[in-house]
Amino acid sequence: MVTARARPTGLPGWVFVPAALGAVFVLLPLVAIVARVDWANFVPLITSDSSRAALWLSLRTSAVSTVLCVLLGVPMAVVLARTEFRGQGVLRSLVLLPLVLPPVVGGLALLYTFGRRGLLGETFSAWGIEIAFSSTAVVMAQTFVSMPFLVVSLEGALRTAGQRYEVVAATLGAGPSTVFRRVTLPLVLPGLLSGAVLAFARALGEFGATVTFAGSLQGTTQTLPSLIYQERVTDPDAAVALALVLVVVAVVVIGLARQGRGSTR
Amino acid sequence: MRRTALLAAAFLLAPALAACGGDDEGTTLNVYAAASLTATFEEVAEVFEQEHDGVDVELNFSGSSDLVTAIQEGADADVFASADLPNMDKITTDGLEAGDPVDFATNTLQIVVPPGNPAGVTGFADLAGADVKLVVCAPEVPCGAATQKVSENTGITLSPVSEEQSVTDVLGKVTSGEADAGLVYVTDVIAAGEAVEGIEFPEAAEVVNTYPIVVLADSEEGDLAQEFVDLVLGEAGQGVLGDAGFAPAP
Repeated sequence: MVTARARPTGLPGWVFVPAALGAVFVLLPLVAIVARVDWANFVPLITSDSSRAALWLSLRTSAVSTVLCVLLGVPMAVVLARTEFRGQGVLRSLVLLPLVLPPVVGGLALLYTFGRRGLLGETFSAWGIEIAFSSTAVVMAQTFVSMPFLVVSLEGALRTAGQRYEVVAATLGAGPSTVFRRVTLPLVLPGLLSGAVLAFARALGEFGATVTFAGSLQGTTQTLPSLIYQERVTDPDAAVALALVLVVVAVVVIGLARQGRGSTR
Repeated sequence: MRRTALLAAAFLLAPALAACGGDDEGTTLNVYAAASLTATFEEVAEVFEQEHDGVDVELNFSGSSDLVTAIQEGADADVFASADLPNMDKITTDGLEAGDPVDFATNTLQIVVPPGNPAGVTGFADLAGADVKLVVCAPEVPCGAATQKVSENTGITLSPVSEEQSVTDVLGKVTSGEADAGLVYVTDVIAAGEAVEGIEFPEAAEVVNTYPIVVLADSEEGDLAQEFVDLVLGEAGQGVLGDAGFAPAP
């Protein structure tokens, strides 16, 4: 059925072999997780005190970091997409760096910036602000790694949308703020939504930067990924059950993001 | 087109095939050892390779429980050195050992603080103070289990700001100055050098962590594996371990 539909587009037949292999490579490990789940105890495993605390903390911090990503990332994407200045290319690469950096490196970088002995740490301490070992640190780690996801998808949407409507609105007398609020944002709203959802999903899965920068304590800094990492040692059944929860949430979230992107077209 | 596909397939498979054919010359001994043994076992392996021409010792360091999982899942291991007895028990329960495990070293907890000891910690009781930011291992990992036992023995309840997954994570939080104090093993304090200060506390002596080593049943190099174990148990191995801060097994 697949080949019948694909033939008119002129796809070579052999392409389906590596494509199928690739799909199997990605899907099989997910099947393996599902196969390992101890279904009889599934509900107790994912509703234990530590599981609920971790899931709740993960959802809460990811939501806050998504809001931060939107507040800071939208202006960044707009500046990158709508202006030209010297060194913009370099700046774009640097802003996107967390996408490719190992999360542990991100965690260290945050530590050396906001940690007690970090670049800004002493100033913060003087103001009585302690970031280390707090949920704030978790949010910061998540925001650091997920912001590029929002910036990339929104910048792409802005470039695709073009500037025609903005120019028209401006010639009709709308000020820059009005154009931004009434024309630009509504135009790229689907792109913004899918970017925000992706950022949320990435924040939910954040682990390396979090354990490096924030630590792990039930209810305060122990997110779902760090709980899974811990349980894998003593209670693999719980780890697998929680892993499945995370996979399901991620699948739902990505599904939402794709729906958002679909409606742009 | 077909040739491109074949070439691509060849590229994908080449490393896998190369890995299969790599054992033609010389013998490889796979030693799975607890992460806390990294520096010492690297040194012991070097001595072993010098004494055995053509033998290559492959060291695999990780948390003991991760290593146990790997061995249970059929990893190609000849020797297993655990950081505690419970993890070795998992191996013997499954009958994966060849011969009885032998204890070869012990380790005890020590308080670790950043240079200058900013919080002025002098003993275990100080760790319970509200103004001391304490980081410990989670109870699920061996160093955390030991910490919990000291806490139970002394009746002093700790309220750490973070429960880390490994000794390394605890050390990291202390060396970076984020935490005022941490609980790690004596050997970790020695290995960290100038980056930290260690504070001994008498209560640690009652919670001794024992390291056992064993030759695994599936080993194809049983005799060689036994020689490696003998080296660890012998004068040379014990010397290396002693220098790193391990105490001999009773």
